[in-house]
Amino acid sequence: MEFHVLAVDDSIIDRKLIERLLKTSSYQVTAVESGVKALEFLGLLDDENTNTHVQKAVEVNLIITDYSMPSVTGYDLLRKIKESAMLKDIPVVIMSSENIPSRINNCLEQGAEEFFLKPVQQSDVNKLRPHLMRGKCRTQNQQNIINKRKPLEECLSPDRTRPRFNDFELVQ
Amino acid sequence: MEVDQLQRNFLEYTNLLFREGFLDGQFSQLQLLQDESNPDFVFEVVSLFFEDSERLLNDLTIALDQQNVDFKKIDAHVHQLKGSSSSIGAQRVKNTCIAFRDVCLEQNAEGCLRCLQQVKQEYLLVKTKLEALLRVRVPHLFSLEQQIVAAGGAIPMLNDFC
Repeated sequence: MEFHVLAVDDSIIDRKLIERLLKTSSYQVTAVESGVKALEFLGLLDDENTNTHVQKAVEVNLIITDYSMPSVTGYDLLRKIKESAMLKDIPVVIMSSENIPSRINNCLEQGAEEFFLKPVQQSDVNKLRPHLMRGKCRTQNQQNIINKRKPLEECLSPDRTRPRFNDFELVQ
Repeated sequence: MEVDQLQRNFLEYTNLLFREGFLDGQFSQLQLLQDESNPDFVFEVVSLFFEDSERLLNDLTIALDQQNVDFKKIDAHVHQLKGSSSSIGAQRVKNTCIAFRDVCLEQNAEGCLRCLQQVKQEYLLVKTKLEALLRVRVPHLFSLEQQIVAAGGAIPMLNDFC
């Protein structure tokens, strides 16, 4: 099962780090430098995306974002994703260099799956897998319902060699 | 030079940098992420750190040179520098940044200038040491790492510090 992670961080060093960490877990990675770029990538900038089914070329299985970013913060991004009918089921993880309990609580309450303190390490990235597995099943189920195709059980037996996600192409 | 001796030198030098507090465990984490498929990872990250830091230090110098010092801006820059130094394991630079932010909170311009001097010093120190460890400074001299690889050895890891 291939997973695609969108990483968002305004620090070029941290972007390089998180990208490498994710790749060692064999995840496909798209790293962007701002919340705005992330919204653009997710298709949330151009249209009023509330209940419209937007068929994107790329499927994202998890979003990991820095908290402190100029303009659109990680928290803003989290909220926008959770408010989107199409994207709300994508797991979101927040990273921050500051250990502020109220910040952590706000993010978790807003729907973030995890909150990692920087510098992020391999042990943190290892925690992403269960969220990715769940997210993948949910998204596929949603797509199956919309496309009236295969049932959820398909997703839960990854060892079957049946092609999936024919509607989507991963942008390399 | 024999691979064993080179590897010992590399380890000893890295060891020294850890003992003197220039580097912390995060640097070891970087080394762990380097492998045959990403042989220059540490060098690449450290190079980014140099570029980023020099830009930030320059911005800080300019910001502190203003008639009306914008302490929010200064804090933002120091926060960034703290973050990047923490990400590569440049411990002393990171700690100096932490102190800098406290002084910034007090809106003490004199104090900030002193802190800036300190950060610059710490940055230059760690830069020199990392360059020696990783890079070609003088074209005909190889860094320890490159000598080891050239002699057919592998870069040793500091497992104690993981």
